[in-house]
Amino acid sequence: MDTRRAAVIGGNRTPFARANGAYAHASNQDMLTAALDGLVARFGLQGERLGEVAAGAVLKHSRDFNLTRESVLGSRLASTTPAYDVQQACGTGLEAAVLVANKIALGQIESGIAGGVDSASDAPIAVNEQLRQVLLDMNRARSLGQRAKALGRIRPTALAPEIPRNAEPRTGLSMGEHQAVTTAAWAISRAAQDELAVASHQNLAAAYEQGFLDDLVTPYLSLTRDNNLRPDTSIGKLAQLKPAFGRNDTATMTAGNSTPLTDGASTVLLASDEWAARHNLPVLAHIVDAETAAVDYVHGDERADGLLMAPVYALPRLLARNKVSLQDFDFYEIHEAFAATVLTSLAAWEDPEFCQRYLGLAEPLGPIDRSKLNVRGSSLAAGHPFAATGGRIVATLAKLLHEKGGGRGLVSICAAGGQGVVAILEA
Amino acid sequence: MSDRYQALVNSTVGSSVASRLGLPRPAVLRRYEPGADLLPGPVRLGAAGGSTVPHLREVLTRTGAVVADETEESTRFGALVYDATGISTVAGLAELAAFLGAALRRLRACGRIVVLGRPADSVSIEVDAVRQALEGIVRSLGKELRAGATANLVWITDPASLESALRFLLSGKAAYVDGQSLLLGPSRSEDPVDWARPLAGQVALVTGAARGIGAAITAVLARDGAHVVCADLPAAGASLARVANDVAGTTLQIDITAADAPATVLRHLTERHGGVDIVVHNAGVTRDKLLANMTPNHWDPVLAVNLQAQLSINAALLASDVMRDRGRVVTLSSTTGLAGNRGQTNYGASKAGLIGLVRSSAAAFAARGATINAVAPGFIDTDMTHAMPFATRELARRLNSLQQAGLPVDVAEAVAWLASPGAGGVNGQVLRVCGQNLVGA
Repeated sequence: MDTRRAAVIGGNRTPFARANGAYAHASNQDMLTAALDGLVARFGLQGERLGEVAAGAVLKHSRDFNLTRESVLGSRLASTTPAYDVQQACGTGLEAAVLVANKIALGQIESGIAGGVDSASDAPIAVNEQLRQVLLDMNRARSLGQRAKALGRIRPTALAPEIPRNAEPRTGLSMGEHQAVTTAAWAISRAAQDELAVASHQNLAAAYEQGFLDDLVTPYLSLTRDNNLRPDTSIGKLAQLKPAFGRNDTATMTAGNSTPLTDGASTVLLASDEWAARHNLPVLAHIVDAETAAVDYVHGDERADGLLMAPVYALPRLLARNKVSLQDFDFYEIHEAFAATVLTSLAAWEDPEFCQRYLGLAEPLGPIDRSKLNVRGSSLAAGHPFAATGGRIVATLAKLLHEKGGGRGLVSICAAGGQGVVAILEA
Repeated sequence: MSDRYQALVNSTVGSSVASRLGLPRPAVLRRYEPGADLLPGPVRLGAAGGSTVPHLREVLTRTGAVVADETEESTRFGALVYDATGISTVAGLAELAAFLGAALRRLRACGRIVVLGRPADSVSIEVDAVRQALEGIVRSLGKELRAGATANLVWITDPASLESALRFLLSGKAAYVDGQSLLLGPSRSEDPVDWARPLAGQVALVTGAARGIGAAITAVLARDGAHVVCADLPAAGASLARVANDVAGTTLQIDITAADAPATVLRHLTERHGGVDIVVHNAGVTRDKLLANMTPNHWDPVLAVNLQAQLSINAALLASDVMRDRGRVVTLSSTTGLAGNRGQTNYGASKAGLIGLVRSSAAAFAARGATINAVAPGFIDTDMTHAMPFATRELARRLNSLQQAGLPVDVAEAVAWLASPGAGGVNGQVLRVCGQNLVGA
């Protein structure tokens, strides 16, 4: 069976907003619909029936069981465009792009949109388990007596709501706490983390100034730019921040070198080359291949199986399958969940002992040219609405490759549950 | 914002009170609706000294107008059209005056008077004087007309664009065009196949499309069949997307003052549309200050956005073949560019500069069968005028022959007409859409 490479036509996202700020009252559906409509306007897709739209959110209300389809129905796309929800924690956006790209590659569809959205502000609050059981029993009750009996089981503690936590269900540790263990195990320095954070802010600020984001972002509500961006931040300013994660004596991770909770949505338009040509739309790049990995962060080794280290394992498998080396890339887009996550990944790929023992490689993958890393800024500056990050990165990387006139780019995104997605794009 | 005064004096009670007090009574203007009759009544056609416009009656009939020769006293006219091209003596002017004078009382509300003349050509002093006299008649008459009627003058050197001009001036599209003179020269364009969708299959770029007049221009160009590329600053992207999505257009978020903007615009038009047919330079800003208090922060952005960006983009258009043959460029000037305005030396400079730009580049565009013209809006109801103090705004609204502000759609209709294939004979001109404003004549 012949396959083809799916083309990245372009992207659109909302500016990202720090939680409980500009988008405090916007729902996931509001933001995803806005991001879709901006994409529709950019590429003239009004009334167009696309092959599918795949998107998702990490923090999701139960009413949003069909979030993506509902967003499509509220958008200017043809109502006959099918849609489904994807959820792979912070890997959602990239995984959605891979799913759509694979269907295009197989010839099952000609065009599609991949996306993601998250609101840490408009988070779902549920009734707690005790009250939920009582309410369900009341619903099942057949007589007044049975209902009264169920009702009688309600205690004051039943009224405490169930609020979503940024913690791994199996360890009870937050993502930052997990990364702090990994960071310490790999001895990633505070200075190196702050340096990466400053570069992210400076790169994103320059990208805005140079108009790089003019055709990637559409303003939403009161925002025209990501409001986490601090163009004037510096190593000096970041050095003053107190650690936010980790044990006090070795703690290096601060609010400045970690991503904040963020709200926002992103979308990417993917298609076959033929579809793009028919619609007079430029092909920015192609999605070549992708690989997902998972680590056993619950039982595994502190240094080798950190919660956010799955991309470290996914990458060598992807490189081997595509017969390229880590140095054969023009751009590296490594999601900055925390500055330390990026630095841990790079350190692991450079470590001969680790590469041999855990990745089964005779030689380490080696260092990368840091001037090719996150050249237009990444999550530390833009913010990280969990499911929206993949779409932001794919569109950014595709445009970078297109502007360069050709080349190869790597995407690496870590996700909760010890998972990670990596992908190769080429132009 | 609605004109509350206008609504009041058009109500039953308000109308009678305003009449007794001698207050101005701005009419509710007749505006274009697709499929509606061109005029509210038949046309009375007159000529003096023998018509020199070939087939004028047939041309008029093709527009959908009904030419009424034999009429009963009770017949009321939708328009009076007078061919004054044959008048060469002072005595001939009296014939025109008598014709119009006799028919004026039978002109319907929102009726039209269109006088056709020949421009002065320096052959005969008396003939040139008489020709120029037409402008004095039409402009004065415009100020006498009431109930939303307008008077305009069309100078003809070549009748190729006459049908298109009449379709515009007689219709509700020209509701706020009053007391103006237009010159029709030779045209290399053919009339549209479908007059209801004259821009079918064409691609138009509109800058400053996110709101106000730009959004109205986008809507009218799309109604007339064009695909509109809606351009505006990245920061205006949210409303820009709504404007584009409403008309199945596309967005181009760009700062047109950026050094690489002309190249970016041309590349976008080529990549996505294989070229462009219509460019509407609508983006504009104000930074009002008395000249004594003017700083570079007030001066520079106004000149950069309003004038320099257009010069750069037009130069790039002329240096490339991105604009297709018989293209159209329309720029938004302003009556401030003609009359000046206190506190607007910067804005006035830019808008007058645009008139210079248009006149100076007409020949270069004509060489490729294209045209470039300016539309100069007068007082138009927009967000900008809503920000004016109440009394100033109310006064400014009445300072024209139609005693009311125009609407963004009035400007948009003029732009769309100049952008249409039929208007190929109009080049290097400034069309005011101002209700015959008292300033800047």
